[in-house]
Amino acid sequence: MNEFKGQTLSWQIVNGAVELALHRNPCNEIGSLTLNELDKFATALPGLAAESHALIVYSTIKAGFSAGADLRELFQRGLDIGKPAALRGVRAFLERIHAVMNTIDAAPLTTIAAVHGVTFGGGFELALVCDIIIADRMARFCFPELRLGLIPGFGGIPRLKRDLGNAVVRDLLLTGRSFNVMKAQQIGLVSQIAAEGEALRVARATASQVGKFDRKTAALAKEFVKPIPYEELKREIDIFCDLYASPAVEEGLRKFVENEGVQPYLP
Amino acid sequence: MTAPAIDHTLDEIMNLAASHFKVPREKLMPDDDFFKTLRIDSLQALDLLTRLEHHFRIELPDYELQGVSDFRTLANRIRARL
Repeated sequence: MNEFKGQTLSWQIVNGAVELALHRNPCNEIGSLTLNELDKFATALPGLAAESHALIVYSTIKAGFSAGADLRELFQRGLDIGKPAALRGVRAFLERIHAVMNTIDAAPLTTIAAVHGVTFGGGFELALVCDIIIADRMARFCFPELRLGLIPGFGGIPRLKRDLGNAVVRDLLLTGRSFNVMKAQQIGLVSQIAAEGEALRVARATASQVGKFDRKTAALAKEFVKPIPYEELKREIDIFCDLYASPAVEEGLRKFVENEGVQPYLP
Repeated sequence: MTAPAIDHTLDEIMNLAASHFKVPREKLMPDDDFFKTLRIDSLQALDLLTRLEHHFRIELPDYELQGVSDFRTLANRIRARL
C-alpha cells in the first residue's frame, strides 16, 4: 500500500522517501485509532522500503509533533471495563505499539523525525525510534510520565539509554521537565536544528542526501550502529503494567483528565 | 528626582509576549495574569517559555514556573538564570 489516508495519519512516497504525516487533533495523541493506523503502516513498511530510501515522520498539527499517549482514553478504559480487564488491554496495547516502534526502529531505510512544538511522552518516543531527529527551533521535549505515577511505556527509556548518557536520562525522567531544542542538541538528541516551520524542508533535503548512497550499505551501517534493546523494551512493558495497576495512577490520570485549568501540560 | 529604574527583563518579556500573541503592548501590566491577558493555554505557555529561553539564551526548567502566572514573577525567575 504505497499511499494511505487515514483518520489520524497518512503516508505516501515523495521523491523516493516515505512521508508519514500525523494529523490527529488536538496534538496527535496516540490512542487505539492511531495505533490501528500505525499497525497498518508497520505492515506496509516492508513494501514501502522496497521502493524508497528514507522515511520522514512529521506532524501537520500546529501545536506540535505529538503530545504522547491518549491519556483520556487510558483513563476512560479503566472506568469502563474495570481495572483487571483494563490492565490486560494496556498490556496488549503496549505490545502492539512496541511492535510498531521496533519495526520502524529496524527498518532498512534511513528514518528521520521532523519535529516541532510539543514532542512529549509517546510522541517523544516515536521520534526516538528514528535514526535522525531534525527539530524546529520551537520544538520542546518532555517525558512527563512520572507526574502520573508511570514511566514512559512506548520504549522511551531503553532508547534514550541507547542514544544518550545515563545522567541525562535520569534528569529528564526523574524531573519530568521539558526542554528546548538547544538543550536537545547539546545532549546529542537532535542532530539538526531548523528555523521555525522549516523542519520538514530540512528533513526532505536530508532524505535526498541519504538517497545518494547504496541502500544495502546504509542499512548495514544502521544495523551496526543502532542495536535495538529488545530485552529492556520487554522489561519496560512489565514495569509500566505493574505501575498502571496502582491506585496512584488512576488518581494521576483523573487529575489530568479532569483538569479544566489552563496548565495541564505544566508540571 | 530620579526616574524609577526600568526593569529591562520584565520589559523584554512583555514586549515579546505582546508581539508573539498579538496583544497591544500597552495592555500588558507587570502583575497581570498572563494566561488571562494573553488568552493562552498551557501549550502556548510552553511556546512562550521556549521563546523566552531563546531570547535570553537561558535554560529555565518548566517546574520553576509552577504556579507562576504574572509577568513580574516570571521576570524574577528568568533573572535568576541570567
